[in-house]
Amino acid sequence: MSKYIAQRIALLIPTLIGMSLLIFAMLRLLPGDVVDIIAGTDGTASSAAKEKLRESMGLNDPVPVQYVKWLGNLLTGDPGKSMRSGEPVGEILMRALPITIELAILGLVFSTIVAIPLGVISAVKRDTVFDFASRVGGLVGLSLPNFWVATLMLLFTSKVFGWTPSIRFIPFTKDPIGNLEQMILPSIALAIPLMAITMRMTRTTMLEVLGQDYVRTANAKGLAPQPILYRHALKNALIPVITVIGFQLGGLMGSAAVVEVVFGLNGVGNTLLQAIFNRDYPLVQAATLYLAVVFVMINLVVDVLYAWLDPRIKLG
Amino acid sequence: MSVVTTTPDVITEGRVARAETPWWRFPKRWRNPIGIAGAIIVLFTALMAIFAPLIAPYEPSAQGAIRLLPPSWDHLMGTDELGRDTFSRIVYGSRVSLQVGILSVAIALAIGGILGLVAGYFGGWADTWTMRLVDIMFAFPGIVLAIVISGLLGPSRRNAMIAIGIIYAPAFARVVRGAVLAVKSEAYMEAARVLGASNARLVRQHVVPNILAPLIVLTTLYLSSAILSEAALSFLGLGTQPPEPTWGGMLNIARTYMEISPWMAVFPGLAIAILVLGFNFLGDGLRDILDPRLRER
Repeated sequence: MSKYIAQRIALLIPTLIGMSLLIFAMLRLLPGDVVDIIAGTDGTASSAAKEKLRESMGLNDPVPVQYVKWLGNLLTGDPGKSMRSGEPVGEILMRALPITIELAILGLVFSTIVAIPLGVISAVKRDTVFDFASRVGGLVGLSLPNFWVATLMLLFTSKVFGWTPSIRFIPFTKDPIGNLEQMILPSIALAIPLMAITMRMTRTTMLEVLGQDYVRTANAKGLAPQPILYRHALKNALIPVITVIGFQLGGLMGSAAVVEVVFGLNGVGNTLLQAIFNRDYPLVQAATLYLAVVFVMINLVVDVLYAWLDPRIKLG
Repeated sequence: MSVVTTTPDVITEGRVARAETPWWRFPKRWRNPIGIAGAIIVLFTALMAIFAPLIAPYEPSAQGAIRLLPPSWDHLMGTDELGRDTFSRIVYGSRVSLQVGILSVAIALAIGGILGLVAGYFGGWADTWTMRLVDIMFAFPGIVLAIVISGLLGPSRRNAMIAIGIIYAPAFARVVRGAVLAVKSEAYMEAARVLGASNARLVRQHVVPNILAPLIVLTTLYLSSAILSEAALSFLGLGTQPPEPTWGGMLNIARTYMEISPWMAVFPGLAIAILVLGFNFLGDGLRDILDPRLRER
């Protein structure tokens, strides 16, 4: 097991380097001169002032040197300062990251609680009205834009209950109930598409497992249907489902971006978006990289978890 | 298609169906209510986009009416913050959704398809490096990458298409590569090669027709994702720019006015959901019909 984990971590390094290269290249190759944007394009800044700015930002160095410097700074924990506020980018993101992670985890919890029982019932009652309804319902869930659901939720709560979300983020450690009150709607909006994916996956694997020899044996030797369902079938059916859910967690962190905007939460996604509109390059670079690193780490954990749950794949 | 479904039972089923059903009835496996519902929705939206000038009662940018009117017979879905007819704007908005959806998936298909074909067919270092790049692309949450690309290129319809095309390309590369690898090991490929067929001929005559079925299914399903992504980008202000009507953009503006006119936030979202549902239904149905192996996605 530890060998497998070590192997996986070793494989992570080229991926991380590739990711940092890609982000760096993306921001360098795109049109527009950063210096023009900072100094303003109205021509008030003299070319000497621009040149000075260029020099101080290290933009006169060859591109590979710039990359190595940037990477070196990142590794020593200094991803630069925001061009807009001058605040260290690391601090901005460390404030934003917990919001996004909490949102993603809550979304995951909600979707799983609803989706797994529905998937199991759908599989057991295969080809009934319930099964058909949940299949169609699943496709409907996949089709709802989460920002629309989020907007409607805000509309509904403000019209019916006169409730609007607080503008400032309430940390869980300070006021758990206030925090959950604030986070519950966004995480449900986030959970809906994932719910559909998990439900379909549970149904499929459940059907597969129910057709296995050991389930037939358990039936033949006269075990009650309920224990067969839970002890024999569900336990095995859930292994691939857990993997799918795990991989979705990273995706949730991405889709959280849009929901964060609707609810005015200052998570990583919203921060990234503001940074893009402000052309705040260091912040864009770092926010993208942070999201991607968290995404890759989650996938690593899921891989290891999968190997631990299902010893058959460890050798593969 | 016939080559993909060469399992014996399918062939017998096909023959039986052909013998028993009159020519004007679909063969049995084409009778898929979900797929048909999807096809109807997609067709309906396509017609709406094509004949928008005939269907829309007003010009989409005409500011003729009173602002923020509720739905009525004159304005089926009310009017917006500038007094424009919401129904007309939704009808015209279907053009943007379909155009961006189709073109961005075409970009993804072109980039991903070629990469996957080269990687799967030639193998070796081409395969290693292509798949390494694909893995790295997969390491980013898709929508985040789309936000960054379209945001940095500058918000516009063209750049939204490019961004969405790029983020879906790796998925196509992976599926095409897998399908090509499966086809490559078939005996008929070896036979054709022994007979002296060139690479180009092998790909054209044997590889492409045999990977078409999974590709059609994947394309349909990604059309739904692409339309959702376009709507999200427009919603964030990173897609097609106003005053051109887009469903996502209309929702974005509706947020400001929804306390006074909630219907502004309802109809555009409904339009997005219905069209995306149409493609999801169609893809689901096509998967059942064309590619039974993919059914368990």
